[in-house]
Amino acid sequence: MASSDMDALRQIFFQECEEQLAELESGLLEIESGDADSEIVNAVFRAVHSIKGGAGAFAIENLVRFAHVFETVLDEVRKGRLSAAGPVVETLLRAADVLADLVRVARDGGDVDEARIRSVSDELAALSGAPAAAAEADASEDNLEDLDFKPVVVDLPVFDDAPIFAEPPVAEYSITFKPHPSLYANANEPAVLMRELERLGEITVVCDTASVPPLTELDPEAAYLSWSIELKTTHGEEDVRAVFEFVDGDCDLTIVGANSAVTDPGEDDIAALLRRVREEPVELMEQVDTSLSDTTPDHQELALAGTPRDLQAAPLKAEPAKGDKGAAGEGTQPTIRVELDRVDRLMNLVGELVINQAMLSQRLLEAGLARSTEVSSGLDEFEQLTRDIQEGVMAIRAQPVKSVFQRMPRLVREVAAATSKKVRLVTEGEGTEVDKTVIERLADPLTHMIRNAIDHGLEKPEARSAAGKREEGLVRLSAAHRSGRIVIDIADDGAGINRPRVRAIAEEKGLIPPTAQLTDEEIDNLIFLPGFSTASTISDISGRGVGMDVVKRSIQALGGRVSIASRPGEGSTFTLSLPLTLAVLYGMVVTVADQTLVVPLTSIIETLKPKLSDVHGFGGESRVIALRNNFIPLVDVGRELGYRSQSADPGAGVAILVESDGGAHSALLVDAIQGQRQVVIKSLEANYGRVPGIAAATILGDGRVALILDVDAVVAGSRNGSMSPEIPLALAG
Amino acid sequence: MTALASLFEQKSGTARELIAFAVGKQEFCIDVMSVREIRGWTPATVLPHSQSFVRGVINLRGAVLPIVDLAVRLGFPPAEVMGRHVIIVVQVGSQFVGLLVDAVSDILSVSESEVLPPPDVASEMAKRFVCGLIAMEGRMLSILSVDSVLPEQERSDPQ
Repeated sequence: MASSDMDALRQIFFQECEEQLAELESGLLEIESGDADSEIVNAVFRAVHSIKGGAGAFAIENLVRFAHVFETVLDEVRKGRLSAAGPVVETLLRAADVLADLVRVARDGGDVDEARIRSVSDELAALSGAPAAAAEADASEDNLEDLDFKPVVVDLPVFDDAPIFAEPPVAEYSITFKPHPSLYANANEPAVLMRELERLGEITVVCDTASVPPLTELDPEAAYLSWSIELKTTHGEEDVRAVFEFVDGDCDLTIVGANSAVTDPGEDDIAALLRRVREEPVELMEQVDTSLSDTTPDHQELALAGTPRDLQAAPLKAEPAKGDKGAAGEGTQPTIRVELDRVDRLMNLVGELVINQAMLSQRLLEAGLARSTEVSSGLDEFEQLTRDIQEGVMAIRAQPVKSVFQRMPRLVREVAAATSKKVRLVTEGEGTEVDKTVIERLADPLTHMIRNAIDHGLEKPEARSAAGKREEGLVRLSAAHRSGRIVIDIADDGAGINRPRVRAIAEEKGLIPPTAQLTDEEIDNLIFLPGFSTASTISDISGRGVGMDVVKRSIQALGGRVSIASRPGEGSTFTLSLPLTLAVLYGMVVTVADQTLVVPLTSIIETLKPKLSDVHGFGGESRVIALRNNFIPLVDVGRELGYRSQSADPGAGVAILVESDGGAHSALLVDAIQGQRQVVIKSLEANYGRVPGIAAATILGDGRVALILDVDAVVAGSRNGSMSPEIPLALAG
Repeated sequence: MTALASLFEQKSGTARELIAFAVGKQEFCIDVMSVREIRGWTPATVLPHSQSFVRGVINLRGAVLPIVDLAVRLGFPPAEVMGRHVIIVVQVGSQFVGLLVDAVSDILSVSESEVLPPPDVASEMAKRFVCGLIAMEGRMLSILSVDSVLPEQERSDPQ
């Protein structure tokens, strides 16, 4: 095989690993929360099993070894021999983390934490078997390596010495196997299964071709063949069943043990019966469910008779759970993998289509065509279609925030362990969709804020008990759509922001004068100031040289805002409000010195018509505007961008009140406001480079390029007398 | 010049095609291989704080295309832009840039032997931008090296 093919396969393997790991983690979390059924346990097992299989094919040995130990424990859970509760799930979750690490190292290279793998492997080994070994393992670490081999050492003499076990019991199984068309559609192959069976023992295969229709009626995608297989084997039924594990659900399968050498016929009947029951538990359960809901209306009446709180809680709780099951189980929609580049290209083309359509309508209008003509009605339809296509393409790029949220449980576990705090993470609205580019850039700020919530927000268990709270702190991460934006809350039930301390630190660092009169809200916002850090000693968790100012900047670079609501003793909530996509932006189109500019709506607070009496000169060149008992710097955009050398007459223009970096307010003076509209963001950097004071470009309806103002840079430039390019708006296209 | 000569040698044939155009009263040419298209003048959106020879940006089928006023770039007085002016869209690496010129005249096919080294004159323009001369039917055409006429600021993606 060519190495590029191999690379492609590897890439697919790692992509699939990501999915399997995600499924593993979410499955384990469900098991932890206590509402797991056997389907979830099976899914968790399959995830680890698939990773092991893939890793085997690519000869990633440490991954195979660890996955094998992990799988063994999960198998015990699956067979009901091990109850996945309390510390067991915690171990499994830790094992999932290690597995994820091993996958990452196999993909990106780097070092693995051998000690951690060893300790988790031992925990797993202790769970899966030899409790004695586990006890010894606790007693002495030096014995650990020997212990792994102990079962082998003990077992071998048994085989050698005892004649009963020298020839293991031979059992005969009758297997009937009838594939469904879906088996073939999923690229499974009966011959491979037969070969697997053959490996277990001696097989006799009879193919039943009775239902094969005449050639003229043959549907090439249908499944007509079935097989009866007689198998003589020393292996147990579990092993036989394992052969068919991956075609489970894609075939009719019965496995009946006949003439078993070790079981008497009576027991066999019961075993067969049990087996049959086990094969169809899902259907049975469903039947029971539907019959319950169909035939017992009292049930619902009972619910109605409950307290109003129950009524409210019930649908809220039940519905997402139902939805989740549907998404995780067989109800999953078929999907395809597409390279992001292709979607991006499509996105660009649609962006151009939107602009072209706008140009066309404007040209028609200029040409003086009446609104009622067929051309203009056709154009309306064209416009509608264009919008639909744009939305459709954006929907392709839209992803549920789940992909970011599901990284957080692990983070919470690690930070909780590092800070020795007890933390429970609750996530809501994981299905909320947002553009992929936004999701990608959300991971870092979210990680940081969750770290902060645990490290700074939550108190130590003792302190919580003393305050009359549960020892276990709660961190809630939720996402929702609100008026065309996505709103993400990171809430903790910790002590809230310690305002006197925040203030003291800000004074100490010279960020505010000691005499400053600040509201509670203003004090809370001090933590966003560059150079601010509440950690008295820089801890491992938060002190990574990244402060909240960086979080705020990266959120603002996404066209979003951060706000804080904190109540002493009750906790803090950080709220992020973000655009759904970075490809388009809502902006106010303004005129400055005959140039058309776009001001992003996210930074605009209000617009006002300045009165000359409110504008005051301040120092040599600067001017301020009086607004509600405050003086706000007036920034002449035309002058700042070098469009004119003389300051514009404030009385003739419009002032746009904006919030810039660090929450400071400024008034931007422009000549006129043309209106508000959605614009497609175009990169200036692709063909040119950065322009101070300009974030990006867009193309207006008349086909001309308009520049999108970088509000922070313009305001900062007016302060420093020179323009310095700050974090530009994310660029698309 | 030697660089150019060796460039010619690398090509299997000695002939090479150049697009000739006029800036002010002088004639120039660039390699046809770097030209993507030639289009009419459309008003450009002024870029703040840009170098004097950057006219601004225009919309090239959805992409934002910076325009270099070659007259200013080469040290001539800026031209009064009229509808007859032409933009030559050139590609350098992954970047597209428009060159504003007075008019495009013809496509020349020249062989290596016809390219003369630029004479040693004081002109900064000649030293920086011209990498060869062609004498043809009494005309003199300067071969521009496209790279050097582009805006220099942060051409590589700063991200």
